[in-house]
Amino acid sequence: MTDWKDDVKNIVCPGRIKVPYTWSVGETGSRFFVALRDNQEIWGIKCRACGKVYVYPVKTCPECFIQTEEWVKVEDTGTLESFTIVHYSHSMHPFKAPLVYGLVKLDGADGALLHLIGNVKAEQLKTGMRVKAVFAEERKGSIMDIKCFAPA
Amino acid sequence: MERIAVVGVGQTNYERSKEDTFEDMVFEAATKAISDAGGEIGDIDNIVTVSNDFWDGRTISSMAIQDAAGSWGKDISTVEGDGTFGALYGMMRILSGSFDTTLVVSHIKGSEGVMNLITNAMFDPIYQRSLGIDATSSAALQARSYMEMSGAREEDFALVSVKNHGNAFNNPYAQLPMKISLGDVMASRKISEPLKLLDCSPISDGAAAIILANERGIKRFKKAPAWIQGVGHCADSFNLGYRDLARSRALKGASLKAYQMAGIADPLREIDVMELYDAYSYMELMWYEGLGLAPEGKGASLIRAGVTAMDGELPVNPSGGVLSSHPVLVAGLARLIEATLQVRGEAGRRQINGAKKALAHGINGPCGQAHCVFIISV
Amino acid sequence: MGKRTAIVGFGQTFQKSARKDVNGVELINEAVTTALADAGLSIRDIDAIVIGNMDHFEGVNYVDMWSAEGSGAVMKPVMKVTTGGTTGSTVATCAYYHVASGMVDKVLAIGWEKNSESDTTGAIITAFNPIWERPNIGGAIAGLALEASVYMANYGITERDGARVTVRERLHALNNPYAHLHQDWMKGKPINKLVDLTVSSEQNKMLASPLRMSDMCPRTDGAAAVVFASEDVAEKIAPIPAWVHATANRHNYVFIGDVDMEQNTTLASASKKVFEKARIKEPLKEIDVCELYLPYSYAGLKWIEDIGFCGYGEGPKLLWDGVTDMDGELPINPSGGVMSSNPIGATGLIRVGEAALQIMGRAGDRQVKKDVNFALTTGFGGCFWADVMLLGKEKPL
Repeated sequence: MTDWKDDVKNIVCPGRIKVPYTWSVGETGSRFFVALRDNQEIWGIKCRACGKVYVYPVKTCPECFIQTEEWVKVEDTGTLESFTIVHYSHSMHPFKAPLVYGLVKLDGADGALLHLIGNVKAEQLKTGMRVKAVFAEERKGSIMDIKCFAPA
Repeated sequence: MERIAVVGVGQTNYERSKEDTFEDMVFEAATKAISDAGGEIGDIDNIVTVSNDFWDGRTISSMAIQDAAGSWGKDISTVEGDGTFGALYGMMRILSGSFDTTLVVSHIKGSEGVMNLITNAMFDPIYQRSLGIDATSSAALQARSYMEMSGAREEDFALVSVKNHGNAFNNPYAQLPMKISLGDVMASRKISEPLKLLDCSPISDGAAAIILANERGIKRFKKAPAWIQGVGHCADSFNLGYRDLARSRALKGASLKAYQMAGIADPLREIDVMELYDAYSYMELMWYEGLGLAPEGKGASLIRAGVTAMDGELPVNPSGGVLSSHPVLVAGLARLIEATLQVRGEAGRRQINGAKKALAHGINGPCGQAHCVFIISV
Repeated sequence: MGKRTAIVGFGQTFQKSARKDVNGVELINEAVTTALADAGLSIRDIDAIVIGNMDHFEGVNYVDMWSAEGSGAVMKPVMKVTTGGTTGSTVATCAYYHVASGMVDKVLAIGWEKNSESDTTGAIITAFNPIWERPNIGGAIAGLALEASVYMANYGITERDGARVTVRERLHALNNPYAHLHQDWMKGKPINKLVDLTVSSEQNKMLASPLRMSDMCPRTDGAAAVVFASEDVAEKIAPIPAWVHATANRHNYVFIGDVDMEQNTTLASASKKVFEKARIKEPLKEIDVCELYLPYSYAGLKWIEDIGFCGYGEGPKLLWDGVTDMDGELPINPSGGVMSSNPIGATGLIRVGEAALQIMGRAGDRQVKKDVNFALTTGFGGCFWADVMLLGKEKPL
């Protein structure tokens, strides 16, 4: 006679962590986003010690570890330092695959900004190519106020 | 500084989806390590657990497994990072003079969560997360940066996958032993270019544990000690755009520290076997360079020449590496376990003959931001 | 043998219910620069960094990696430790072991939390087992309410007793410019009157009986950083370093249903271990000041019994006799404690930093007047977990 316990199939308990967040952008970041939203301008912040211009802006220079102070407007054009064409989809993607990420070094900045590359065919993508920011029509003061970077 | 040894090791099998709970896996790994050492739970003075709240879907992820790790009545702490970091902390706790032995145990069930969302959460919520970037798409950006710098091609990355999946046949714990060809890798489904399916590590469940002891502590156990000769730990900056993704200066920093402690001047010659954290195929080539095995940009030449094959001068990942089993966090501890088994001569069919000195490596953060390197020998 | 280790610097942000002017990394950086300035060191002098917070409060994975540019961790070893409410004390302990190991000389311990960014209870509930407890448990307060109920039933403790603790914490906080809650209306009023007002107030709503709003701690945005240094350098950095004499912790429980509600056994055994190591025989006499992690009022009565400052049921007498006030024999929480300021990942670390200030004689308006040789700190969190650390003015033997 079999014991009923031996026939038990293991149960899976589904769940989801649903904790809403309201992240403080902070004073430095807010200035950056307001410039995107209201003026379609991209601003960086410069370290007075090493001279590096950071986009996105940071309150402390990671190299020198001192407060940054000088705001510098950078160009909306830049060079594509790296890219990838993504062929899978998940719920945090802004739209379904394929989508393209790129690291864009804007003219005037000393490092690259991570963003989407759009209005582009796969064959066109090359590191070193020139790209230009395409702003979203509806802008809310977020990184998505830039819709993507497209071939310049 | 007093010497610290690894005196016990234990791992569960690594699988795509286990029915075991976190507690089951931690208990299995911990008891295996204690039994391997030839001791009992009373011989453990303190515990370091390694887990991650996002992966577990639990804030205070350590709470789930405290009892399974044997914490009752003992000092215990939790590192949220790679298993190698937990091992380093466990070592420090002994060196402080407060304890003679530490159990370090790590667990993960990749199958219970959604990897892309969990790794998307490591990106900045304000500037990066809404783009949908995750561990794989960011790794792909690094792979391309590395290709630009070094001239390495996708075929070179594929060689890593062929080697490691092939090696996994000799590892009874490995999840994905596979006999594949370069052509198979090149033809595998595109995931995030240039990374294809066979360039990426799998989702895995599993746990691993080690027991660390000083000279006094090893006397409680029966197993011969494997001594930690050197260790180094270092982190690069976070913002991908302002990091030199093609070069791993943090690995260089960590390995130099470890080599210095261990008195190693020429790692390629002096180390017999290495277990590296190849979360993606291209990473192994980058890590060759960060470890000083090949000059900058020349990692591919090492694998093309067969130097890191099972019968090469310096076999890398005889266990099959992370490409064959990727229990996140656990994988670094597994590298240290594999290195220990090698120098003990207990690595079975994956044993590198005569291995006496081994290197184990773990990483953490996007695109291998932080690195920890251990050198172990008998 | 390891290195003797001391605290040589402490920095904290002004704790507020919401710091909207900074993001998390910037908040961390504020505490770091303040601590470095306090110790007279630059980030280049720091050998390693340890950081902690409770993940789901900010929703950032791998915080040690994400904050590297702000914490100063770039090209240094950095490690994240996290154990819920005890995170701050876990961070302190981790930094201590880093230095005591002799592997590094100067370590920065960072604890932080931006509770304003999330639904605290929603996040805390995810600590409990999703299958057995999460559907039934009422956040952090549930376990504490259960303990309070048992304590009140066993010893006849009253609401006024609980409020006496609240009043002490909030009065102390008035001397602490960094604390979150400054209840200025309490200034100058006699203690008995304040207790009466607290208990009789209609706005003082019941949250989970017997706990009312006045019995609970706030949720706060804040960051703190403490510099630990080895005996080889500590005395060159600080005129009076605060030496770590002993530390112990117990995280015995996994399910709240298993917790012994009658005795806080983890706190009792961790304290006992620390007293043994430091050869403390009469805690009430030998300890000069305490920064205890009291997340709710009744803990201020009961946990001092568990630690061994008095017998079981005697906690209220210590409170009402003024023993734990600023001019008492054993001042508790000169900083105002957790009930006045609670940035969770930092809270346990702030206890350690505040205790260090007392030993160093640098606690300003909240400095106790008596000679401070030993300062005891505790951490609480998770499933009634306890961390205990004893700091001393003399270098340990």
